[in-house]
Amino acid sequence: MPDTTSAAPHRHRSARPEPPRRSLQQTPPQPPSPFPDARAIRRQRRFTPALLIGILVTLGLLLLSLSTGQYAVFSEDGFWMFGITRVPRTVALVLAGASMAMCGLIMQLLTQNRFVEPTTTGTTEWAGLGLILVLWLFPGASMLARMSGAVTMAFIGTVIFFLFLQRVTLKSSLIVPIIGIMLGAVVSSFTTYIALMTDHLQTLGIWFAGSFTRVVEGRYELMFLVLVVTVLVFLTADRFTVAGLGRDMATNVGLNYTAVLFLGTAMVAVATGVTATVVGTLPFLGLIVPNIVSLFRGDDLRSNLPWVALLGIATVTACDLIGRTIRAPFEIPVGLVLGLLGAVVFIGLLLRQRRKGGLVA
Amino acid sequence: MTEQLDRARRTGQSAAGGPADSGTTAPGGGAPGDEAPDRETPAQLSRHSGAITTGRHRVRYWGVMALLGGLSVFFTAGILGYDNPMPFGTEGYWLIARMRAETVLVIGVVVLAQAMATVAFQTATNNRIITPSIMGFESLYVAIQTGAVFFFGIAGVTLVTGLPQFLMQAAAMVLFAVILYSWLLSGRFSNIHIMLLVGVVLGGGLGSLATFMQRVLTPSEFDVLTARLFGNIGNARSEYLPYALPIVLAAALLLWWRARRLNVVALGRNTAENLGVDHRREVMLILTLVSVLMAMSTSLVGPMTFLGFLVATLAYQFADTYSHRMLFPMAILIGYTVLAGAYFIMRNIFYAQGAVTLIIELLGGVVFLIVLMRKGRL
Repeated sequence: MPDTTSAAPHRHRSARPEPPRRSLQQTPPQPPSPFPDARAIRRQRRFTPALLIGILVTLGLLLLSLSTGQYAVFSEDGFWMFGITRVPRTVALVLAGASMAMCGLIMQLLTQNRFVEPTTTGTTEWAGLGLILVLWLFPGASMLARMSGAVTMAFIGTVIFFLFLQRVTLKSSLIVPIIGIMLGAVVSSFTTYIALMTDHLQTLGIWFAGSFTRVVEGRYELMFLVLVVTVLVFLTADRFTVAGLGRDMATNVGLNYTAVLFLGTAMVAVATGVTATVVGTLPFLGLIVPNIVSLFRGDDLRSNLPWVALLGIATVTACDLIGRTIRAPFEIPVGLVLGLLGAVVFIGLLLRQRRKGGLVA
Repeated sequence: MTEQLDRARRTGQSAAGGPADSGTTAPGGGAPGDEAPDRETPAQLSRHSGAITTGRHRVRYWGVMALLGGLSVFFTAGILGYDNPMPFGTEGYWLIARMRAETVLVIGVVVLAQAMATVAFQTATNNRIITPSIMGFESLYVAIQTGAVFFFGIAGVTLVTGLPQFLMQAAAMVLFAVILYSWLLSGRFSNIHIMLLVGVVLGGGLGSLATFMQRVLTPSEFDVLTARLFGNIGNARSEYLPYALPIVLAAALLLWWRARRLNVVALGRNTAENLGVDHRREVMLILTLVSVLMAMSTSLVGPMTFLGFLVATLAYQFADTYSHRMLFPMAILIGYTVLAGAYFIMRNIFYAQGAVTLIIELLGGVVFLIVLMRKGRL
């Protein structure tokens, strides 16, 4: 596992847009300008009543998630059961939803392409390959070992994809996800082959469906690694905004572009790898959520981040609830629900942009 | 478009009048005649822009074709006659040979469909890196099959197996494709890339839908469904052959007939329209035929993602020409060699016929990666 935390040295602090400093020679103190400090505006924009409502709705969904299930939690030993399954599951929902949505956002900024996210670049498939490789080479490996394999392969895969994007001139931004999905198909055919040879085909099927069913106490603690990533994203958001301007522009304003690229890739790999190991694949999440937030709120990353996290959590929780209740006592994996709804929303977004003529190749 | 390599070579032969009638006539679509105006020096390098540029090019093309033809015959004979347990000439011998002939026929039909479909599709989309199989045809097929069982239980199985049903399904797939394409390719902002991406995402969504429905089935229904859903090369749904074969042949003939127009479509939309080809209509027609071919191939042996890609890429590499009348046969022969060879080797050496498609997927996947990394523009 690469050490990701030290990848951003402090000298990039200068990359933050700061309010213009008044020089000392200005003698008359000027009247307060009609344009208040940019930071103050941002703070206002970040904590709006709307966000509060969003938080409340999401909390409501989480409470629903805590209270949904087959086991009567208000019985004798219900509380014990509550602690073993319901709480871990809900925590995992929060972490997976927030982190995967943010991963999509980061990847979209780094590639300057709206249609990029872990499932459309093959990152998820690479993580699956890592999982199978570990299972094959070290039978009976611990969760931690499997996760390291997934993270490492996800990192390698994402780097390969980014390298490819830098090498190739593209006629249209829409080609990127198509190539990514093809690449994912190649990787997953390798994974299938190894799985077939080593009798892990069923494991693979279960894994690809992405479900929170298996998330119980003792299995989900690794998810807290994702929490670290999520916090890191919040801390380094501005750098990604600048990186989103492109390599030349970012370098011009004093950003170490390569370092940011590396940091972003590492964070995406960790989040995808860990989520893949504990939960499985969550298709389209990183694509839909940031795009919808952008539709409503524009592109200010810092004030959008809480929204992206919230919407990610709410989406995953809602899909998980659908999967849990539609055929109780059986469960439909959340990945399937997401795949279905996600595809519909994605096509809707595409056609909307097409109508606006924003996608003329 | 092909570069005219070794233009400086003195060949002494003009390109016209070679053994290939189809490839050597001046290409349709307004390309200039195949002789340059400087005829005063007949023994000079003959400059022309036909499908075959130099004598060496022609030799190479036909050499490769002959080699592939030989290999195809060899593998066909191998599949038919190798390791037959019965003594030659007995009734049992011919029974076994007949069963194997069916396999050969399946391989032929699948390859014909996949090779033609992929080359035509890549021409229509003006992009040599994508294949029709990511456009969600397989997912649609699976979704239709699963849906029938989902809504009608075990009785639904009879709704999806049987010949009229097979034709209905194929018709549904084609209809779906035509509606999708015509809708996405019409209007002011029609854009082939959006069409592709919508197709890919739709494929993913349909796949999720099918898996979703499968989850809800009872175990016995699920068993029946999976038994019915997919064959593979060694165990194809051969009862469909008598219907799939003529349909595939008809579609392939149509593509062959319009091959010259394909040459023009390959030049891109603006050029094609300047040369008087109704580009959108042509693309629509090609995509419809492609969906027919893919529907047939999928219903016979299930999904194959990279076979078409592998075949088309190798055909471009070896044929090195824009002429579809030369690309199609090359692609078909390459495909047949690859698929029959893989089947023969896997069956008789590794005893793993089930893994044939997987091996080809791996091979095609590797070629895809290589092509991807070598390409400069997409």
